[in-house]
Amino acid sequence: MRDAWAEVWLLARRKPLGAVSAMIILGLVVVAVLAPVLAPRDPYLFNLNERGLPIRMQAPTTTFPFGTDPLGRDVLSRIIYGARISLIVGLASVLIGTLLGTVLGLVSGYWEGGLDQIIQRGVDTTMAIPGIVLALAVMSILGQSLTNIILVIALVIAPGTSRVVRGTVLAVKQHTFIDAAQALGASPWRIVARHVLPNVFAPILVIATVWLGNAIVIEAALSFLGLGTPPPTPTWGAMLSGEGRRNLETAPYLAIFPGVAISIVVLAFNMLGDALRDLLDPRLRSR
Amino acid sequence: MRTYVVRRALNGLLVLWLVSIVIFSLVRILPGDAVIMQLDQAAAPTPEILSRARQELGLERPFLAQYRTWITGAVHGDLGRSLITRRPVMNELLKRINLTSHLAVMSIVVAMLIALPIGVLSAVKQDTASDYIARFFAVLGLSLPDFWLATVVITFLAIWVQWIPPIGFAPLWEDPARCLGQLLIPALIIGARLAAVSMRMTRSSLLEVLRQDYIRTARAKGTREQAVIVRHALKNAFIPVVTVIGQQFSVLLGGTVIVEFIFLQPGVGSLMLDAVLLRDYTLIQGAVLFFATVIVVTNLFVDLSYAWLDPRIRYR
Repeated sequence: MRDAWAEVWLLARRKPLGAVSAMIILGLVVVAVLAPVLAPRDPYLFNLNERGLPIRMQAPTTTFPFGTDPLGRDVLSRIIYGARISLIVGLASVLIGTLLGTVLGLVSGYWEGGLDQIIQRGVDTTMAIPGIVLALAVMSILGQSLTNIILVIALVIAPGTSRVVRGTVLAVKQHTFIDAAQALGASPWRIVARHVLPNVFAPILVIATVWLGNAIVIEAALSFLGLGTPPPTPTWGAMLSGEGRRNLETAPYLAIFPGVAISIVVLAFNMLGDALRDLLDPRLRSR
Repeated sequence: MRTYVVRRALNGLLVLWLVSIVIFSLVRILPGDAVIMQLDQAAAPTPEILSRARQELGLERPFLAQYRTWITGAVHGDLGRSLITRRPVMNELLKRINLTSHLAVMSIVVAMLIALPIGVLSAVKQDTASDYIARFFAVLGLSLPDFWLATVVITFLAIWVQWIPPIGFAPLWEDPARCLGQLLIPALIIGARLAAVSMRMTRSSLLEVLRQDYIRTARAKGTREQAVIVRHALKNAFIPVVTVIGQQFSVLLGGTVIVEFIFLQPGVGSLMLDAVLLRDYTLIQGAVLFFATVIVVTNLFVDLSYAWLDPRIRYR
């Protein structure tokens, strides 16, 4: 256990920005998990003043550190709860998209031939449509729900991941340890699972980390465009687009806080992705 | 070379055909057909109205027959009629292509004008303060969502300098001042991400090239550092940058959807978004096909540009 901590400390010293990013992401996870404890108020509650009227668009004060929205709801609490949606969408879509992309990439790269051609044309097809356009088109057909957003983002993630995995598998296949495993009579599935997969793990980890940030942005963009998680669920994108955008002139904090939250989280995932790439990609290690 | 171009073009056509099948099927296979979804929004439709609307759109015919009609029309430039406005989809697209292509090209130009000098500077001055600052801004450019940036920029411009982008598009060759006034800021916002990615790629690729033997030879011959970088290193370092531009072009086109919407610019992106919000499926099909065509053609050009950048590359 002490060795593990020592290694983490060593990594943190080699990549301080990566370590800071990891801390921010850890903070996001803690905020999302402990939202009911950390949020000062109910994110759905219309806060009322002594005359029983909603405290609309209250600028930040000690009672409402991030102010209130046009319905009198506490912006800080909504941002804290919004972290949950961002994290759920990010993790679930990246998990599904990466799994799908990895399976497709492994099959395509290891077996090649006709199946590879079919999979690659499918990948070409999906990649020929801009991610947000694909997401918008599919969301308009499937309808708005959290599950649909996750599926749509996974659909955007899978093709790119499968390309990276396929490329790595093609390179790994050239190694003699694969010939050795084949000569020993190992089944193709065993070779893929035991010998190929561990070698594609590093690029998958890097790409998944960067995609976590992108998935959060896509979710926010869909919410921003009115095709995300339906109201009244607090999401950063919807907070930014609805109340934030309409009142930017009079109450800029409504858009600034969720925008900053998205940017910091995405920045953290991007920097962590960079740090992981430097640590895991031997070609870049000396740079 | 010619064989390669023909093969790549055929592959592109295959991809477009597959895109057409996917988008056509999506609209029809999923629960609730286009007509029900469309009419449901207004009022509870009677079976007669539904049946008439379906007949009008040809939805009562077998799937393959519908697809054949649509794709034959598409090949001849007829993408059907909008479910909402009843105007031909092709005309709607043609009216807006000019603006979106201006925006896309300007975004790439702006991104390159930012990325190349900073990327080169960052590589030449590796591990100095300017390198760190440039890299920080690059990561920041990657992390600021375009919709947030656009929202903040448009509002603060309106408040501080009382500037709002002019409505009504004028092409660059007709009225350059108006065109730039209208599209430069949206192009900067869309191009920010591409600039960040390209800057990082220019830096790392140039660092790689600067370690090559031929650069050492050029320096040993007494060539000035500026000439070493501009004449010997940059062109070779540019191949991965072009690849990145090709890969990011899809994201850039996606950015036009959001930025056109926020800046109220009547391009294909905002048309696509309107179609999505109104569930105008024929228009969605047309817009998706348009975006896919642009991406396929761009990728073809990116592939072909490699031979120009590095004459050692030969296509088979």
